[in-house]
Amino acid sequence: MNISIPEIWQILETVSDPEVPVLTVVDLGVVRKVEVQDGKLRVVITPTYSGCPAMNVIEMNIRIALAAEGYPDAEISTVLSPAWTTDWMSEAGKQKLKAYGIAPPVGAVVDKGALFAEPKKVPCPLCDSLDTEMISQFGSTACKSHYKCNVCLEPFDYFKCH
Amino acid sequence: MNLKKYILRQADNTLILGQRLAEWCGHGPVLEQDIAITNFALDLIGQARSLYQYAAEVEGEGKTEDDLAYLREAIDFYNVLLVELPNGNFGKTIARQFFFDAFNYYFYIELQKSKDQQLAAIAEKSIKEVTYHLRYTSEWMIRLGDGTAESHEKMQTAVNDLWAYTSEMCTPDALDQEMQEAGIGVDLQKIKASWDAKVKDILAQATLEIPENSWMQTGGKNGKHTEHLGFVLAEMQHLQRTHPGATW
Ligand SMILES: [Zn+2]
Repeated sequence: MNISIPEIWQILETVSDPEVPVLTVVDLGVVRKVEVQDGKLRVVITPTYSGCPAMNVIEMNIRIALAAEGYPDAEISTVLSPAWTTDWMSEAGKQKLKAYGIAPPVGAVVDKGALFAEPKKVPCPLCDSLDTEMISQFGSTACKSHYKCNVCLEPFDYFKCH
Repeated sequence: MNLKKYILRQADNTLILGQRLAEWCGHGPVLEQDIAITNFALDLIGQARSLYQYAAEVEGEGKTEDDLAYLREAIDFYNVLLVELPNGNFGKTIARQFFFDAFNYYFYIELQKSKDQQLAAIAEKSIKEVTYHLRYTSEWMIRLGDGTAESHEKMQTAVNDLWAYTSEMCTPDALDQEMQEAGIGVDLQKIKASWDAKVKDILAQATLEIPENSWMQTGGKNGKHTEHLGFVLAEMQHLQRTHPGATW
């Protein structure tokens, strides 16, 4: 069978993250590689967090999407290294997050190097004010922190750097 | 060389502590901390899954991560005693977690250099999560230790109660030494130095005293446990033991 790799990427761009459905698995950066080996399609994914319960669903949804487009025999494998980082999230993905009401990760990784460093300024996804404060380092899912805006008073999720 | 047992030690540490923390689900003192603690549990159980999958692969008998988690007896668990101790109050849970995080953090930093590529990859993944854990529990040690008279007293009691269980993590035995010499395992003496410095610094900031007693309780790493582990396993394994092979 002739497999077109760009076509596979297009199919993957239709697969949403189950917890943040505005993001595709490609936006999120969890698809690491698409390749054909000995005529067999291989898709390599990596988890965002070790315990992310969405990973099994993501793998299943990728399988379903590929099967629906005529690739029922794809092999989907998981790698841990290099470890996923929010730097791999696409610019389009960050814009979609903001439009969805979740503040996208700010700047490069390693915002947690120094113990007790002041949490960085995260702009409110609704009014863009920088006058926001962290309520909790741990939010509704492993990948988010909980913030509140002091100007428009909305609480919001921040997709933390990782 | 018992690589499987070496992997199981850390797998069991993370699973049993994750299971303990999960007991807080819906019982945290405030919503944010309830969520934080259960986030910890999720991270730790995620790390346990990666480690059990690898241990099963190393064993090569076709077992799964679930077999290793659900179908072993207490005597075949190799976690340190600290992680199986009951939660106590929120402060005691925080103190137990802080002592473990300070170990876990330096352990994964060193394990990233392992010649065993899968262990190095698991460490590389886990260290990002544990960095957040250590920061959180360090902050809470200080907040509660240097808090009100009551919170201070509860934290000092927690530290005193847990202290005898803290040295096992960083004390190497023959298997640790063998693994280190093979370039697979970590240097626990080095980790001990980092652990000591971190604990000393945070306890000082928390106005808490390091207990003077130096007698230490050990045994978990070789399957000799406190009476508490049996209760943890009974709850965790009950479903698979009663209905073997049950799935969602
Ligand atoms: Zn706002």
